[in-house]
Amino acid sequence: MTIWNAILLASLIVLVLKLAGYLVPPSFMERPGPSRVATLLTVALLSALVVTQTIERDHQIVLDARVPAVGVAALLLVLRAPFIVVVLSAAVVAAVLRLLGWMA
Amino acid sequence: MASTDTSAAVRASLAVGLAVAAYGVSFGALAVASGLDVWQTCVLSLFMFSGGSQFALIGVLASGGVAAGPAAITGAALLGVRNSLYSMRMSPIIGGPWWRKLLAAQWTIDETTAVSTAQPTLRGQRVGFWVTGAIIYVGWNLTTFIGALLGDLVGDVRMYGLDAAAAAAFLGLLWPRLRARQPIVVAIAAAVVAAVLIPWLPPGLPVLAAALVALVVGVTDWLAPKAATT
Repeated sequence: MTIWNAILLASLIVLVLKLAGYLVPPSFMERPGPSRVATLLTVALLSALVVTQTIERDHQIVLDARVPAVGVAALLLVLRAPFIVVVLSAAVVAAVLRLLGWMA
Repeated sequence: MASTDTSAAVRASLAVGLAVAAYGVSFGALAVASGLDVWQTCVLSLFMFSGGSQFALIGVLASGGVAAGPAAITGAALLGVRNSLYSMRMSPIIGGPWWRKLLAAQWTIDETTAVSTAQPTLRGQRVGFWVTGAIIYVGWNLTTFIGALLGDLVGDVRMYGLDAAAAAAFLGLLWPRLRARQPIVVAIAAAVVAAVLIPWLPPGLPVLAAALVALVVGVTDWLAPKAATT
């Protein structure tokens, strides 16, 4: 598999999922089960991605400058900062800590 | 003839659309940092056009490389499942012949559904959907391209803290969904499962394993909000 294959295949699947909702009969939507699973699926995946992006490196748990950076991001989200500010602040915190030689 | 419901929908579309389009810069830069080239990054925004899935794909590819391709695709697909729910909700609003729904499908995402369903009249809902979709589609792809060019210039990912930025991006996407007890418990449990499995499974798979938490809680409806129990 190449990067291109992954991009095109994943894009196709995501588009088909969008189309699928227009094809199913409206009565399917009345059932709470499928919609609850889909909503919680998003939460679980995003949460797991936060964790792996924050502490995983080369198949190991590594605590470095990413941890305080994500802490600052969480604080900014509590303060209702815009998405772009949250993302940039995390990058700046991690970059500055590494520049100072802390938690490389 | 412009009426109040139409102009209210256009105002909401502009506010949401412009804010979201700005995320494209972070996506573009992070995608290039994850090992994609500028073209691959742009194709992803043009064809996939769903922020969560796009970030998931590049996140898993960044940690596992091409070997993690199947896990990356599965992660992106699972995050795309919620778009099916949105299209079910949008289907009666879009209405009209099949080709209109075909066009609407690619733009059926978190933000277009949110703006549309918040409008009080059917006309406002339709205007809200198409205007938000157009602004985000154009804006997201333009800013992705700008971000990808910036990421290409930057070079070393870790030195500029782009790895931390990716984690913060996921947190930013997760945050607004944590409004009730059930999703909060699922988020915490999924985080624990993923963390514990990191040393034991290949890159990408701890994330997929954490999805099982959602399946278990969703099917059993454990910790259900009282209002939702029927």
